[in-house]
Amino acid sequence: MLDTETLPTRRDEAWRYADIDALEAIGTDALDTWEDVTLSPGETRRHAMIVGGDSPELHRIRLTLGEGARAELFVTNAGAASARVEIEISLGKGAHFEFGGVTIGGGEAVREFVTTTTHAEPGGTSNQIVRAVHWDTAAGNFLGEIKVARHAQQTDAAQDFKGLLLEAGASANAVPQLEIYADDVKCAHGATVGQLDETARYYMAARGLPPERAKRLLVQAFIGDAFVELGDEAEHERLLDAALAALEGSKL
Amino acid sequence: MLKIENLHAEIGGTEILKGLSLEVPAGEIHAIMGPNGAGKSTLAHVLGGKPGYEVTGGSVSFKGDDLFALDPHERAGSGLFLGFQYPVEIPGVSNVQFLREALNAQRKYRGQDPLTGGEFLKLAKEKAGLLKLDMEMLKRQVNVGFSGGEKKRAEMVQMGILDPAFAVLDETDSGLDIDALRVVGEGINAIMRSPEKGVLLITHYQRLLDVVKPDRVSVLADGRIVQTGGPELAMRLEAEGYDAVMADA
Repeated sequence: MLDTETLPTRRDEAWRYADIDALEAIGTDALDTWEDVTLSPGETRRHAMIVGGDSPELHRIRLTLGEGARAELFVTNAGAASARVEIEISLGKGAHFEFGGVTIGGGEAVREFVTTTTHAEPGGTSNQIVRAVHWDTAAGNFLGEIKVARHAQQTDAAQDFKGLLLEAGASANAVPQLEIYADDVKCAHGATVGQLDETARYYMAARGLPPERAKRLLVQAFIGDAFVELGDEAEHERLLDAALAALEGSKL
Repeated sequence: MLKIENLHAEIGGTEILKGLSLEVPAGEIHAIMGPNGAGKSTLAHVLGGKPGYEVTGGSVSFKGDDLFALDPHERAGSGLFLGFQYPVEIPGVSNVQFLREALNAQRKYRGQDPLTGGEFLKLAKEKAGLLKLDMEMLKRQVNVGFSGGEKKRAEMVQMGILDPAFAVLDETDSGLDIDALRVVGEGINAIMRSPEKGVLLITHYQRLLDVVKPDRVSVLADGRIVQTGGPELAMRLEAEGYDAVMADA
């Protein structure tokens, strides 16, 4: 029996759009399992990962960045079942956090990124770019909370979310949350949700591209933003291919 | 090569083409001129198969086949090129990638082998040179950040690379300065002037026709071809205006 009291509900802000059934399938133990990663002062670390599979997944990552450290995390969330990636980041003085995430897929699955970025010290910067491409009745979510401590002046934090819905039943949700106690900071967030550009599709067709090729090119261009900062070409290709494979597996 | 018979088409329930008939044989460059709102761009998009343009009557045959039986990408594959009045920007997709995929999709449609990356780049370089477009421009995103003139030149580079049997060019001269107009006009001549090819050149002005000399000129007004003549018709239109020429017709 699950201890239902410890399971979050959709009333919790951070679980508002989540797939609670999937969470029950995963079990409560996963909620206590965090992957803790600490970067020493000045250290730079990059990680690229592909998450999601045939059964629900929950990934919880806690990043602590020392002074001047730089963490880059890139994720393709493209499985058949619901997958949630939670990242808690605490930035030291002058540290940088770079995040690029893509959720892509159909079915009924909920694929989401939930980040809590704490600028605890001055001069920290963070940049988060998430792209969501969905069809059927699938959902893609980005819940991004940014906290800036009172003395964390000259913080520069940015979040950018774009959703691309290929069918009418799909959805994309962006929940930016800012909690700022310092006065000399820059925090930018933007979110848009749209459909494939019909004019571009017609233009591509007029040049001979069949609809499925045009769609693949447009989706590739759309999600490309999330991996712009991923300098490692092989990793870049691996994440992009995993995302596009999900598109090709669709009946669209 | 292209035969349009009694074509009727509407957009959002409003009839724009009202019984348009026109035939362009292989080897002919046929200019279409006409006042604003006559239906020139509608004709181009009906031929291209743009969604939202509904054909309500008539027929178009292209190389003997029913054009309307083909999807837009199949029309391109069978050799029809549509030069856009307003070329579309595609952020995130480079010209090189776009055109290589487009060319190979067309070749596949025709049962030909795809070009390799090297073969394609050689071809692209040659055609860009013809239109005096910096090869670097082709590495950039499709039409993104291009000036009006650059878009039109890029459009003609696309035509050069795709090497169509028939081109419908919708106001390719708009937005071009005098020098660019000459380059684009000479590009059209180099790419399309051939006994096996045809061109429907939609334009407002005589200027382009000084460079691309049309074999015949038709006037499109209120959804129909109201007059067809030789190159001298374009000069009369330029000198006297549509109203005067059409009043005589």
